[in-house]
Amino acid sequence: MKLADREDVLGVVMLAPALSYVILLVGVPFVLAIVLSFSTATAGSLTFGWAGLDNYAAILRDPVFRRSLFNSAVVTIGSQVLVVVLATAAAQVFRAAFHGRRTARFVLLLPWAVPVSLAAIAWTWIFDSTFSVINWTLKVGGLMHGWLYWLGEPGLALVAIIIVQAWRIFPFATIIVLAGLASLPQDVMEAAIVDGAGFWRRLFHVELPLLLPVVAVAVLFGVVYTATDLGVVYILTGGGPANTTQVLPTLAFQRGIQGADLGQGAAIAVFLLPFLILAAIAMLRLARHTEVGAR
Amino acid sequence: MAGVELRNLTRRFGDFHAVDGVNLSIREGEFLVLLGPSGCGKTTLLRMIAGLERPTAGEIVLGGERMDGDVPPRARGIAMVFQSYALYPHRTVFRNIAFPLEAAGMSRAAIDQKVRRAAESFSITRYLDRYPRQLSGGERQRVALCRALVRDPQVFLLDEPLANLDAKLRNTARDELKRFQRQIKRTIVYVTHDQVEAMGLGDRIAVMDAGRVRQIGTPQQIYEDPVDTFVATFVGQPPMNLIEVPGGALLGFRPENFLPRGQFPAGEPIRPFGFAVRRVEYLGSDRYVYGTVTDAGAGDATVIAKLPATVGTAIPDGETLPFAVPERALCSFDAATGARRR
Repeated sequence: MKLADREDVLGVVMLAPALSYVILLVGVPFVLAIVLSFSTATAGSLTFGWAGLDNYAAILRDPVFRRSLFNSAVVTIGSQVLVVVLATAAAQVFRAAFHGRRTARFVLLLPWAVPVSLAAIAWTWIFDSTFSVINWTLKVGGLMHGWLYWLGEPGLALVAIIIVQAWRIFPFATIIVLAGLASLPQDVMEAAIVDGAGFWRRLFHVELPLLLPVVAVAVLFGVVYTATDLGVVYILTGGGPANTTQVLPTLAFQRGIQGADLGQGAAIAVFLLPFLILAAIAMLRLARHTEVGAR
Repeated sequence: MAGVELRNLTRRFGDFHAVDGVNLSIREGEFLVLLGPSGCGKTTLLRMIAGLERPTAGEIVLGGERMDGDVPPRARGIAMVFQSYALYPHRTVFRNIAFPLEAAGMSRAAIDQKVRRAAESFSITRYLDRYPRQLSGGERQRVALCRALVRDPQVFLLDEPLANLDAKLRNTARDELKRFQRQIKRTIVYVTHDQVEAMGLGDRIAVMDAGRVRQIGTPQQIYEDPVDTFVATFVGQPPMNLIEVPGGALLGFRPENFLPRGQFPAGEPIRPFGFAVRRVEYLGSDRYVYGTVTDAGAGDATVIAKLPATVGTAIPDGETLPFAVPERALCSFDAATGARRR
């Protein structure tokens, strides 16, 4: 019998590359991180001592860690709220038929395609303490009299990070919502028109409720991408000033790699996992519960 | 209550004339059926009346008022029932029916009262808390009708509302629709491609083809007195037989009028034909006999005779038998244009 006829063998053979990829590059580091978080391992030494929950106890006592956890939550939630509002609004615009729509959609997707590091460097100039185009525009427009030190003040720096994270996820979310809009049953929308509902009523009482499962998926992706992102904060503020904009990934990097304390770095990184799993379950539940249109 | 006037109504999509200069006058309280094959423009016509589609040319007058293309659906005093029913899947039956009233800015107490009264008249009160997905096709249809009725529109527009029901349900649903119309006494424009629905429901039928109305009349007029070969063959199951006769004409007669010569009483004026039988189909209440007419110049088009079970004559395959059509049931058409010759 030829290999092509043996479906049992063929299945394994064809799955093998993908499976080994996942095991080697996702599974092994994942397990390693969990193991390290219970160890006293440090970079540059081959000793491996059991630490139990010491690493976790240490980070929970650490105000910098608590600040990072808080920042992670603020950045993730803040940017995703912004993304949902902007993406549903933008999807309405990009749905309309206008000249150059294809080009506009392509341009819209660019931020998604730009490498995080490049984009973040561009944003450091936008928020630069001397050359900030935002400040310049506000000033020339007569909307502001003082000067904003975007990346120098803790509150403003966090806002800047939220803006960049939202900017990064927004195109992807818009495309997802656009696809959702296209799949809405046309006659339900027309029934709403005939039933006398105006634009806002159709949007808030028909369209958005029907879009909710799709938006939930977009938010789920956004939460995971934002909560686990290292690049934006690392390049924009480096966690500063004075650790006030640290988020969990940057802190884990600082402690575990730069500070060589692998055990504590791993504990910080792993700390996020249960929260992300809970968020994922909640989102998928929401999506399933609102999916009532399916016959 | 109000009638509907369509004057030279036209809708083009590029070069395609979906609706091509339709003139139609629908009376107050009338049940008018737009009947035609798919793609004949009947749904586009209905959507123009609803205001969902903008006419390329022509006028729509609803209840004496001219509706420009800019008049939105909500200002037209119409309600529409879609083929899929288009219920809001995320809302309960109650909130589906309440939706048009909420949109009209009615108070909550008034909405509650109206919805309950409407639900009662459709016997769907016990489904008010359910979601559309929890309902059967027939129940969904009733909810859709109820949602349309609750706004108290002048004109109801129904787009193939029975097409999604299975065959068993369709008879009862048809009966319910007719009762619905008697009860509300409103103008109804009903789109279908199903001639049984059209014949059974319509006060009048407008038969459409290629964007034009071919004939408008009562079901009886459409059936017995078709204006051209399209109407003659589109309506009726099996369709009207058409045979060539000398003089560039087509002679049409319904299968149920094509009977063995012995079935006609002596004095009745009949047109005799020889019928070369090819095959007999036994269908319980009827027999369909397929064959060709043997008269000179009649061509070899297949002719069908529909014999009710009460006609016991033996019909052996392959023989030529004496058949006839009563003169009153013969229609003559122009072979070139298909138009009726009087």
